[in-house]
Amino acid sequence: MQNSLPPNSIGLVKPNKVHFDKKLVLASGSSLNGFELVYETYGKLNANCSNAILICHALSGDHHVAGYHSSKDKKPGWWDNAIGPNKVIDTNKFFVVCPNNIGGCGGSTGPLTTNPDTGEIYGPNFPLVTVKDWVKTQAMLADHLGIDVWAVIIGGSLGGMQCIEWSIAYPDRLKHTFVIAAASKLSTQNIAFNEIARQVIRSDRNFNEGYYYKSDNKPIHGLMQARMLGHITYLSDDALDEKFGRQLRNGKIKFGYDVEFQIESYLRYQGRSFVDRFDANSYLLITKVLDYFDPAAETDGNLAKAMSPAKAEFLIISFSSDWRFSPTRSVEIVGALLETNKKVSYIEIQSKEGHDSFLKEIPIYHQAMKTTLNRIATEISV
Amino acid sequence: MKLRTDQSLIAKWIKHNTRVLDLGCGDGALLANLQKEQNVSGYGIEIDEENIIKCLGSGVNVIQTDLDAGLSQFDSNTFDYVIMTQTLQAIYYPEKLLTEMTRVGYEAIVTFPNMAHWKCRIQMALGGHMPKSRTLPYEWHNTPNIHLCSLDDFENLCAEKNIEILERTTVDHAHQISLGMSILPNLLGEVAIYRFRSSA
Repeated sequence: MQNSLPPNSIGLVKPNKVHFDKKLVLASGSSLNGFELVYETYGKLNANCSNAILICHALSGDHHVAGYHSSKDKKPGWWDNAIGPNKVIDTNKFFVVCPNNIGGCGGSTGPLTTNPDTGEIYGPNFPLVTVKDWVKTQAMLADHLGIDVWAVIIGGSLGGMQCIEWSIAYPDRLKHTFVIAAASKLSTQNIAFNEIARQVIRSDRNFNEGYYYKSDNKPIHGLMQARMLGHITYLSDDALDEKFGRQLRNGKIKFGYDVEFQIESYLRYQGRSFVDRFDANSYLLITKVLDYFDPAAETDGNLAKAMSPAKAEFLIISFSSDWRFSPTRSVEIVGALLETNKKVSYIEIQSKEGHDSFLKEIPIYHQAMKTTLNRIATEISV
Repeated sequence: MKLRTDQSLIAKWIKHNTRVLDLGCGDGALLANLQKEQNVSGYGIEIDEENIIKCLGSGVNVIQTDLDAGLSQFDSNTFDYVIMTQTLQAIYYPEKLLTEMTRVGYEAIVTFPNMAHWKCRIQMALGGHMPKSRTLPYEWHNTPNIHLCSLDDFENLCAEKNIEILERTTVDHAHQISLGMSILPNLLGEVAIYRFRSSA
């Protein structure tokens, strides 16, 4: 069975689950009466526990980063091109951990979970969480796994925001961090896009104030459209043009509202396949997590001051065609770190694929990470 | 990594335990060496991706920036030295960058090829064509070196910009120093090395 999987893959992997009994007080003031984290690990933790890498997932990601759950899986984990034996994040050298964040729908406690206090599904009553809350639960997972200090914490997009929060909240618990295609806070335009996505979902006639799971009809149209909108913003104008241009699906204009252009067909496909794997309440909640993140809000807007506790070595990576989290936003982070003499390197990768570039196998991008990770591996002598 | 002779000379000028900004740091060899041997900290600025990856590999903090965009991301007097080796001649606004270097650093160090070297003079005067040499290997139409100057030109600019020259040396294409060069640097020196600061 396993023979049918690509030879450089980590192969078949299984998710793990850990339950925390302790009450988790959230940044909003609400709390969870215990919670569960689903996570995957690849590679082996070395004797002095110094080779652990934490991967923080973004909006639509989960704990399944690499490998396959079954030999029948059509696709591997979401960052399989970078994680595995001899790959960029080399599982022969490093112990890689990725949890599904709370509030998500990958199996960790979230809107689809039953609230132990009421015996009912949380649904729309799941408390709004923040990046801070996520990082706190990730630190609890680290304790559970016996990892005092992460060799590296890596995240793209919303994952990069978690890296920033880690460096501020637990400066002694990470040596390095790769902050990829991220920002220290969302731009107004980004919040605006998120708000449209939320309104589209919430105004679906099957949304039912978030209690849609009580009936057979889910707000699939709303979620699909939200994803279609999001998807366009994750790609660049050039990438879309190059991929689809003005190609027609059936060769000619039919003067109707059904799918005519290839891009329409592609977007509908993207939207539909997302609906099958994602929960609308989770999507709403995670867009809020994105909107709320702003560490500098606690230091009068001064990011350098907000990040001053950080001790990690930073590698900041941006992509030239990313207009959702543009290089300028990464340069802001770099500037803040330079102001307080932090160890930081920055590279802007030339790419055509917009925000989604961080998931692509772009040679210079992967080489930048691999070269840095090789040096880190030598430092910790794995 | 092995240092070029101009880099070794610069390393000797730099005091231990100081902070250095290296503009156009290339593969990061100078900074890596300074970090290791002289406990220097700081950053390299580089635009070429391949070079940036070399820096990442040797543990040199490197920031991808186009030097023509200036050094606005750095506060005044944040470095003990701002260094720029063999890059000045490829900059759009050298006089602005020189002033920026003396703003960001207490002292600055540059190296550049000397256009008044006797071989260049002969090629222009007798050959009637733009000079080419081992330090200036390009044709006039494909050279990245758009602002070539001589030692005298550089010193005149410094005087104009209130820049005080603290030290000067010249080396040949193999980055060796000779007696002749110290007597007639503008004629015999192929590569100029200057240490300077703002006198304002």
